[in-house]
Amino acid sequence: MKIITCIKQVPASSNVQVDPKTGVLIREGNNVKMNPFDLYALETACQIKSMTSDTKIHSISMGPISAKSVLKEALYMGCDEATLISDRRFAGADVLATSYTLSQLVNYIGSYDLIICGKQTTDGDTAQVGPEMAEFLGIPHVPYVNEVIKINDKSIILKSEYDDYDEIVEVFFPCLITIDKGANVPRLPSYRRKLKFMDYKINTITLKDLEDPDPIHYGLDGSPTQVDEIFPPQKRTEAIRIEGNSNELATQLFRILKESKFV
Amino acid sequence: MSYIKVNQDKLNDKLVKELIELCPFDAFEYEDTYLSINASCKMCQICVKNGPEGICELIESKKANIDKTKYKGIAVYVEQHHKNAHPVSWELLGKAKELQKKSNQDIYAIVIGHDVRHLAEEALIYGANHVFIYDHVAYANFNVEIYTNVMEAFYKNHQCNTILFGSTPLGRSFAPKVAARLKTGLTADCTMLDMTESGDLIQIRPAFGGNIMAKINTPNHRPQLATIRYKMFDKPERIKPIGKMHIEPTHEIDTKSKIDLIESFEKPKVKDISDAEIIIAVGRAFKKQKDLELIEPLRKRLNAEVGCTRPLIENGWFDPRKQIGLSGRTVKPKLIINLGISGAVQFIEGMKESELIISVNSDRHNKLFDISHYSIVGDIYEVLPQLNQLIDQILEANHEL
Repeated sequence: MKIITCIKQVPASSNVQVDPKTGVLIREGNNVKMNPFDLYALETACQIKSMTSDTKIHSISMGPISAKSVLKEALYMGCDEATLISDRRFAGADVLATSYTLSQLVNYIGSYDLIICGKQTTDGDTAQVGPEMAEFLGIPHVPYVNEVIKINDKSIILKSEYDDYDEIVEVFFPCLITIDKGANVPRLPSYRRKLKFMDYKINTITLKDLEDPDPIHYGLDGSPTQVDEIFPPQKRTEAIRIEGNSNELATQLFRILKESKFV
Repeated sequence: MSYIKVNQDKLNDKLVKELIELCPFDAFEYEDTYLSINASCKMCQICVKNGPEGICELIESKKANIDKTKYKGIAVYVEQHHKNAHPVSWELLGKAKELQKKSNQDIYAIVIGHDVRHLAEEALIYGANHVFIYDHVAYANFNVEIYTNVMEAFYKNHQCNTILFGSTPLGRSFAPKVAARLKTGLTADCTMLDMTESGDLIQIRPAFGGNIMAKINTPNHRPQLATIRYKMFDKPERIKPIGKMHIEPTHEIDTKSKIDLIESFEKPKVKDISDAEIIIAVGRAFKKQKDLELIEPLRKRLNAEVGCTRPLIENGWFDPRKQIGLSGRTVKPKLIINLGISGAVQFIEGMKESELIISVNSDRHNKLFDISHYSIVGDIYEVLPQLNQLIDQILEANHEL
C-alpha cells in the first residue's frame, strides 16, 4: 500500500498582532513547528503501515526551504520518503491555489492508495485544503476521522466525528482522509531513525517540475480570493476597567451582577 | 504573473534591515547585496504598503474580467440531518436578507434530501424568494460526492452570485468540495459579511492564525462561497411566505459514490453551550482541574453553563462541546463571565456578540479587555474566594429573613 501524508510548517506562536497605529504586523518570535494536527495524521499512517505488509509512507509539504525540518521530523517518526515543493511563485496562494498545487505535487509523486492529512492547520484554521485537494485529484474524501476500523484490499472502514453524531463509512481506494485531533497518541521521532536518515536528501522540487507548470494557476494569480486589507480586531470603546484589591474587585463584580439583575 | 518586485538599486543596508524586520513571514533573504523574496511570502503586501517608499512594488498580471452582471442571487444551502434543518441555515437566510438590501438580488435556498418539503416551506417562512428542492432517495443521507453533483447542477442552471454554507462539520467538508468543483474561492468561518452594490461579497475573518482580521474578496470569480459559524448572525423573523418553491430535476445527476455509509449514530446529548443564556468561561489561568471548584458558588448562584478555552479541552478537563471559540462553539449569551482567559482571537470571535461581557484577568493588557464591557484587573485565585464569601453572606442573609 502507498500512503501519502501532507504536512505543513506553521508558526510556533499564534501571537501575531497588528500595530493599531501603523497597521504593521508584529510577531512574537520567528519559531516554526509542525502543524500539531499533522502529528495525528502521521501517527495514523504509521499505524496503518504496521497493520499492513509492504506499506510505504511518503510525506509531502509545500512551503519555504526551511519546511524541510518538518519533513525530517516525519521521516524520524516513521515515513519512508519526503518531498518538498517550494517556489516563490506560490506566494499568496489561497485555499484553491494551495489545494491545486498539492494535487499537482501528488501527481508528480505518482501512484498512491491513501492520502492522509491533518484535519486543519493552526495558522489557516480552515480545514478546507484536504477536501479541495481530493476534488482536484478526483477521489473521495472522508473528514474528521478518529478511528481506522478496518483495512480491506480495496477499501478502508473509518469512523468520523461530527457535532452531534458519529458516522462509520466504507470508502474505496484511492481516497483522502483527514484525521481529527486526539484520534491517537502520536509517537515521538525516533533516534534510531534519525541516524538512519542522516544522509537522506529531501527531494525538493519547484513549479517547473509539475505537470502543469503555468504560473497563472498558482500563487496570487491562481487564487480566486484575495486579501484586501488586514486590521486589528475592533475594540469596545465604552469598556469600564475596574482595579483595586481583591476584596474591592469582588464587591464590584457582585454589584455589576446585581445591577444587571443576574443575582 | 503577479509578484512583488524589489527595486535593488534603491536599497541600502538600513532599508534592507527595515524590510527584513517588517515582514511578518520572514520572506526576505539578503545575500550578496541582493534582496530576494522566498517562498514564505504570503503576498500580504505589507512591504509594499508600509515599507520604505519605492522599494517594493506589486506587479500585477492582466486578467480577462468576468461579466459579473450575469450572476444573480444570494443562495443559502439548507443543511439537514435526518430531515431536521440545522438552525445556522435560517441565520444565513437572515444575513442574505441584509445583503439583498445592499445589492438588490433574490435570496435562494437550496434544499437537498428525501421527503424534505417541510424544510423548503420553512425556508420560505424565513424569507427566501426562491427555494430549490432536490428530492431523491439517494439524497436521504448526506454524501459529499452526490451532494456536490447536486450543487454543480444547481449552479449550472441558476448561475448564482453567492452561496453561503453553515460552518458546521458537514459544511466544512461540503463547501470546499463544491468550491474546487466550481473552481472558485471559499472563505472559511467568516465573522462578518457585507456586499457591494454590484454584488461583490466582502468576507471578514481572523487571519494568519493571529490576532488579526482580514478583509477578503473574490474579485473575478463566481460564485462567491463562504462558510459562517452557527450563532454568528441572528435568526430572522418568520414572515408570511412571499417566495416560490421549485422542484428541480434530478434524473441527470450522478448518484454513484465511492463512499458508503455503514452506520450513523447520535451522540448522547450534552446540553449545548451554544444555547446557554448565562456562561462562565474558564481559561488557562486555572492551574489544576480541582481549582475549577472555585467557580461553583457563582455558577450555582447564576445557574450558568460552564464553557472553556482550547487549552482546557486539550487538558481533557471538558467535553469538546464545551469549547468556546472559532474552533469550538460560537456563543451569544445574555451574560458571559470570562475567568483567567488570555483572549486569543479565535476565542474572542466566538463570543464577542454576547450581550454583557465581564472579564477577570491579572494581565492588564489582556486582549479580552478590549471587547469586554467590564474589565476586572485581578487574579482569579484572589478575586474568586472573595466573591464566594460575598455570595455566602448574601445566602445566609436570605436564610435569616
